[in-house]
Amino acid sequence: MNLHEYQAKELMARHGVQIPLGYPATSVEEAKTAIEKLFNEGHKRVVIKSQIHAGGRGKGTFKDGFQGGVHLADSINDATAKAESMFGNILVTKQTGEEGKQVNRLLITSAEEIKSEYYVAVLLDRAKGRPIIMASAEGGMNIEEVAKESPEKIFKETIDPDLGLQPYQGRKIAIALGLRGRLIGQCGKLLQCLYETWAECDASMVEVNPMALIENEEGAESVVALDAKMSIDSNAMFRHPDIQAMRDLSEEDPLEVEAGKFDLNYIKLDGNIACLVNGAGLAMSTMDAIKHYGGEPANFLDVGGGASQEQVKAAFEIILSDPAVKAILINIFGGIMNCNTIAEGVVAAAKETDLKLPLIVRLEGNNVEAGRVTLAESGISLITASSLAEAAQKSVEAAK
Amino acid sequence: MSILVTPETKFIVQGITGGFGGRHAQLSLDYGSKLVAGVTPGKGGQTFADTVPIFDSVAEAVAETGATASAIFVPPPFAADAVLEGMAADLELVVAITEGIPVRDMISVKKALETSKTKLIGPNCPGIVTPGTGENSQGGCRIGISPGYIHKAGNIGVISRSGTLTYEAVWQITSAGYGQSTCVGIGGDPVPGMTHLDVLKLFNEDSDTKGIIMIGEIGGTAEEEAAAWAKENCSKPIAGFIAGATAPPGRRMGHAGAIVSGGKGTAEAKKAAFREAGIGVAETPSEMADTLLKMM
Repeated sequence: MNLHEYQAKELMARHGVQIPLGYPATSVEEAKTAIEKLFNEGHKRVVIKSQIHAGGRGKGTFKDGFQGGVHLADSINDATAKAESMFGNILVTKQTGEEGKQVNRLLITSAEEIKSEYYVAVLLDRAKGRPIIMASAEGGMNIEEVAKESPEKIFKETIDPDLGLQPYQGRKIAIALGLRGRLIGQCGKLLQCLYETWAECDASMVEVNPMALIENEEGAESVVALDAKMSIDSNAMFRHPDIQAMRDLSEEDPLEVEAGKFDLNYIKLDGNIACLVNGAGLAMSTMDAIKHYGGEPANFLDVGGGASQEQVKAAFEIILSDPAVKAILINIFGGIMNCNTIAEGVVAAAKETDLKLPLIVRLEGNNVEAGRVTLAESGISLITASSLAEAAQKSVEAAK
Repeated sequence: MSILVTPETKFIVQGITGGFGGRHAQLSLDYGSKLVAGVTPGKGGQTFADTVPIFDSVAEAVAETGATASAIFVPPPFAADAVLEGMAADLELVVAITEGIPVRDMISVKKALETSKTKLIGPNCPGIVTPGTGENSQGGCRIGISPGYIHKAGNIGVISRSGTLTYEAVWQITSAGYGQSTCVGIGGDPVPGMTHLDVLKLFNEDSDTKGIIMIGEIGGTAEEEAAAWAKENCSKPIAGFIAGATAPPGRRMGHAGAIVSGGKGTAEAKKAAFREAGIGVAETPSEMADTLLKMM
């Protein structure tokens, strides 16, 4: 589950990470209050940041032509006018796709005097099965490009899960980033707090890009997290009801949310051949086979190991609500699951949804003969196949 | 022979009194596997299916029955603890079927495994089967949730991150008239116990395994590591398949570990590593067995 920047910052601050003062706003009124508060507290400049689950906000463009999803403002009036232009407007960034995302939340923070920017992230190193902290002095940049072109500019420390990030490891990274004097200790501490946020919130990833060296009016320097991105391991949500409450359903695909209610794993794609499969690996392979024979899958859909009739029906309804779909491929390997139960579910769902699209069915496994008879005698028109490859070929043909 | 388990392996089921655990414990008994005990804390003294004694702890079950392996069907919040309990009882093999264990829990388990004699298969996996020689491969060792009847005793080893896709490969082998030495589903999580490489090494040493099918999917670099090792060290023919070539980057495809992130873990890179190592690549899952049989 992904979080908004302001939510990630709230969790980081709870674990001691230094964050510039800021307030989230879910309405223009709230934004106004936040802006006034910051200026009245003595800040001379504020930043107004769109809160959407996509990167590239600063360089994005709103659909009405207003440039930039992140703005600086020097006065209450200027800030309020900008917040008004952003609120409810649709922001298109390189990560949102053409349709963009509506900005329903803003984060208003104090603007800092930035001296340098860094990249920091805590994530899982799958090859080692341990968390790592990763940092680079190339802050604000696309870290994947840095990793590709100059891997020596990325500093990594593997973390012992029983001990956590040790102070010396934090200092080591701070020194590598070029920080000196008391900033070494201060940055090291921030990195430790960042790791604690990762561990205690069961995060999959915590990213601060940029972490910045800032200077206040008295000339004192410090290191703070200017931006924040966080995703949480959904398997661990049972122990984080507070984080679960941060879920923003408006950021998720409505069909995927609907599928989740029935324990179905659905991901919408751009093609026109819908698939309904049991098992994640087999579901991916079914998509691959469709593509292999020249078609385009409309979705990934795993109905799980023990799909019930109700789930099959829900799956049909979800698939059919995508207007691009021209054919449906059902691929079931009933290991323990009874193929006849699935066949009965398919027949019932096809009848209830008054299915008009070509339906290609490939059943294999437990009690498959009875399942095939059920399909054949159902009166619904369908195309059967005996292997996955054949089913994929037939569905590509049917979708033409 | 076979790897990890033989038809004689005695095992227990942790979480035998749950619906899912109980159902598959019964199927293992029906298959003729040596399921000798169940463990559910607080239900010690009861029996499962009138014959299998239930204990309060793994240690007691092991002491009373001599079991050396375990299947875990415990719900996700308690599953990592169940694995650690199995390790503390010095089991040789723990097979964690449970799906949905938090990654952080598995990171701790993975570290504990480094200093343990126990091997872990899973989590989020179908388990392990060494087929028997009876009708429909009965009399074999089935630990987990795989359908027993699709197997046949033989000499092809199967390693896979997936469930139904594994059944697909196994069924193709059986339908073609060949059989399996052992089939290992290592699971779809980002932090698994045994990896492709760990299992591949065992198959390479097993004299009864003559060929290997290795099934991978997008995410991580475990397939690449296994391929690099195989290139230098494996003397047996290997056919591979990678699922997820059409998966969009950054999206988790069902399995917690099936995600292309930061340009890493693509199907393309894995297939290239397979080819580089001389592993035969099946272009569609329908060709997994054929690809290997042509090489053997």
